[in-house]
Amino acid sequence: MNPLQFKQLNTSRRQFLVGSVGAGLLMAFAPAVNALSTLTGSASQRLDAKLFSPTVWFEIDSNGLIIVNIAKAEMGQHVGTALARIVADELGADWQQVQIRHVDTDPKWGYMVTGGSWSVFQSYLPMSQAGAAGRSVLLSAGAKLLGANPQECSLENSQVTWKNKTVSFAQIVQKGDIDKVFSADELATFSPKNPNKRQYIAKSAMALDIPAKTNGSAKYGIDVELKNMVYARPIVPPTRYGCVVKKVDDSAAKKVKGYLGYQILQDKSHTLQGWVSVIAEHYYAAVKASNLIKVDYELGETATVSEADIIQQGTVLCADPTSGALVVNEGDIKAVAGQAEQSIQANYHTATALHFTMEPVNASVEFVDGICHVHTGNQWQSLFLPVVAQALGLAEDKVLIHQYYLGGGFGRRLAGDYMIPAALTAQALGKPVKLVFTREDDARFDCVRSASVQQMQAYWDKNGRLLGIDHAAAAGWPTLTMAPGFLPDDLDKKAKYDPFSISGADHWYTLKNHRVRAINNPLAQQTFVPGWLRAVGPGWTAWAVESFMDEIAHHMQQDPLAFRMALLDASGKNAGKAPEAVGGANRLASVLQAIKAKVNWGQTLAKHQGMGLAVSSGQERTMPTWGACVAHVEVNPNTGVVKVLKLTSVMDCGTVVHPDGALAQTESAMLWGLSLALHEGTAFADGQVKDTNLNTYKPLRMNAVPELDISFIQNNEFPTGLGEPGLIAVAPAIANAVFNAVGARVRSLPIQPDAVLAALKA
Amino acid sequence: MIQFTLNGKAITSTAEEDTPLLWVIRDEFGLTGTKFGCGIAMCGACTVHFNGSPVRSCSLPLSAVANADIRTIEGLANQHPLQQAWVDHQVPQCGYCQSGQIMQAAALLASNPSPSDNDIVQYMSANLCRCMSYKRIKAAISSVAAKSTEVVQIYQPARTDKEVS
Repeated sequence: MNPLQFKQLNTSRRQFLVGSVGAGLLMAFAPAVNALSTLTGSASQRLDAKLFSPTVWFEIDSNGLIIVNIAKAEMGQHVGTALARIVADELGADWQQVQIRHVDTDPKWGYMVTGGSWSVFQSYLPMSQAGAAGRSVLLSAGAKLLGANPQECSLENSQVTWKNKTVSFAQIVQKGDIDKVFSADELATFSPKNPNKRQYIAKSAMALDIPAKTNGSAKYGIDVELKNMVYARPIVPPTRYGCVVKKVDDSAAKKVKGYLGYQILQDKSHTLQGWVSVIAEHYYAAVKASNLIKVDYELGETATVSEADIIQQGTVLCADPTSGALVVNEGDIKAVAGQAEQSIQANYHTATALHFTMEPVNASVEFVDGICHVHTGNQWQSLFLPVVAQALGLAEDKVLIHQYYLGGGFGRRLAGDYMIPAALTAQALGKPVKLVFTREDDARFDCVRSASVQQMQAYWDKNGRLLGIDHAAAAGWPTLTMAPGFLPDDLDKKAKYDPFSISGADHWYTLKNHRVRAINNPLAQQTFVPGWLRAVGPGWTAWAVESFMDEIAHHMQQDPLAFRMALLDASGKNAGKAPEAVGGANRLASVLQAIKAKVNWGQTLAKHQGMGLAVSSGQERTMPTWGACVAHVEVNPNTGVVKVLKLTSVMDCGTVVHPDGALAQTESAMLWGLSLALHEGTAFADGQVKDTNLNTYKPLRMNAVPELDISFIQNNEFPTGLGEPGLIAVAPAIANAVFNAVGARVRSLPIQPDAVLAALKA
Repeated sequence: MIQFTLNGKAITSTAEEDTPLLWVIRDEFGLTGTKFGCGIAMCGACTVHFNGSPVRSCSLPLSAVANADIRTIEGLANQHPLQQAWVDHQVPQCGYCQSGQIMQAAALLASNPSPSDNDIVQYMSANLCRCMSYKRIKAAISSVAAKSTEVVQIYQPARTDKEVS
């Protein structure tokens, strides 16, 4: 299953139901026709009996209030606002009457995952069609009430109008006799509105979730309180796998007031190995007590693994031409390597990086009537609900996850492993439990972005013509541990690979000979659970691709921008495909042209200053958001310190559904890119991450924010994702700017002053 | 038993005296707008005002606040102009750090009603925003700083209970 098929899990052919239920009007997607053999009856009957499996739905109550149910996690991207505006626009709703509701994991909401910058991309068409279908029903019903022909009526701002008479959505719903089923084919006839008729899409809007986030009333997972609950803190064992608890000595903890005891957790899913949770009447008592408890472990095999060991393993694997999965294989790179007159090779590294969400992971759990209710913020409930059930020894329908605001996602909360210690503790105690990781616990249990090694080779013929590029990328693979069913076959059908650990390497430059190998680093895989971190694959593959493009351009004594432009000819597979990739590499070339003018590329800069460029087409070839970033930096040649003066980005994500949200996401993603380029990185030492809090792990703060200049290409193309792509080009743009400024080529992230000094001397 | 004033109301906590104020505010008095982030006073998500000064409640023992005047984000009661500025500038993303950011910014404006850009950057760099909404935080503070006299007036909370001894 490739990433696109994965995205289409929920967007197969299906029906759309519109019906009066109770006092309201409900609109829902139903499963594909072939799954409907048992699901017959009118729309109203089926909606009322919940004989459907919608992935999105909305409802209108008898006061005309429109509630759009959001099955996506809200973690700062204002996703509910963007999705509700798509529905509202097509429905002809009065925006003042629209509200959003985040829903739990009842199967009726469908498959739940929020990641990959997919939400708007995936939901645009179905939400548009759902809104338009709802509009047609409301228009007919309104016309009937007005005694008019629907074709002579208009519908806007939640009102149907005929001549000088109007009837509101509220009045229509109060009549309560709507019953309509749209077949998949009928639904498909609704295409999104003509862009110049849009009322909400691509227009400015205040995000619906923001006011509550300015007065302390927004409720996050950590804010949940359950009646009669006790507090718990986990003791995270020294290795991720293989720890066995031999002995627990809590004699010193007993003097802590409020300490209630500990549990050795027996996890039937084996996600947690060698875990103890410490229980108390108050959270701080649990923290104090756990600091006084001594646990003797039988240690797992990775107790001495270091970052250097992981990098070493990756380096060896990249150098072995037989390793890994073949993901791109244009031409014949082996033959080219044999004939080449000239070649260069460079290895690029990225250090282990933490998610460091501001809200440490946590969950509150209670059992009610045999159902395990988990209260927490999570991005991929459908992935970990079965694991929680397995850990508890329960059937999946005995676990329900309730959603809250996420105090940061960034991929950390795609994994729901942190629900398990809370659920096991609550099960063992027979009491509601709120389990909170301290910051240090959170870091040690993080599914970090794996350290990576990438080996790049370029070949030229005797006339100095570039023949091809060979790229090998080795890292721990998130999907291999957490969702192995999603690993596709490689081109040879000989190996499986993690598409989320190589996307970005399959770029849009036309190369006659181009090979990409995705290599799993088994030592990384054994030592920790690799995680998806914001911008995921391209977030680190582009580090090598775009740095190396610069190295090649310099080797050929060409301008890095002109060199890239020449390779973006949109030929062959790079022509792109409608709708989402329409235009292909031509759109990337247009972005490049736009940024060239914007930054006055080639201008003379002050001494020790430089400009560097990189492009991106994240997150995947099947959902390209075209981007370019230019970094303007100043390098202190005595200290090696890099100061970023300005970051300029031009993005083309097609239709910008929620413009201010798009800008906010891109500001955020670019500063993440900067943070990972210069400020963030940790290392494994003795089987765990070395940096667990802000005393040594130092994400970007306000005093390191450069000037930002962000613009979006205005067009009406299919909307693609925007939560992550702004991150991708930043680090290589900075490294290329450092080279432009002082001639130092840095190849490791984060870029350290020592590395700049060393490169200056080289 | 420690007595102090929380958002203008005299209260008594029964928590152990070494308990960080954060947990008392959140778990004993149910004011969950103040957040737990790092636990070592370095992220600022737990910022509250202690007799008008910003403090990190995650690292301040309850015993230290005896008879003090403590104000949390809830204590601004949607009346502080920074809160509207946060909406106008669409500052929050995940929003988790924003209570702390607003309390830190309110303290800045209370002591320095017309901060320069550099004043804002220096003062606010004590607070981490993982969504990196820094550009908008700065813009929101600047917009309120321009109307500073009003801010100072609003910020000085009326004492409804006994004075700090």
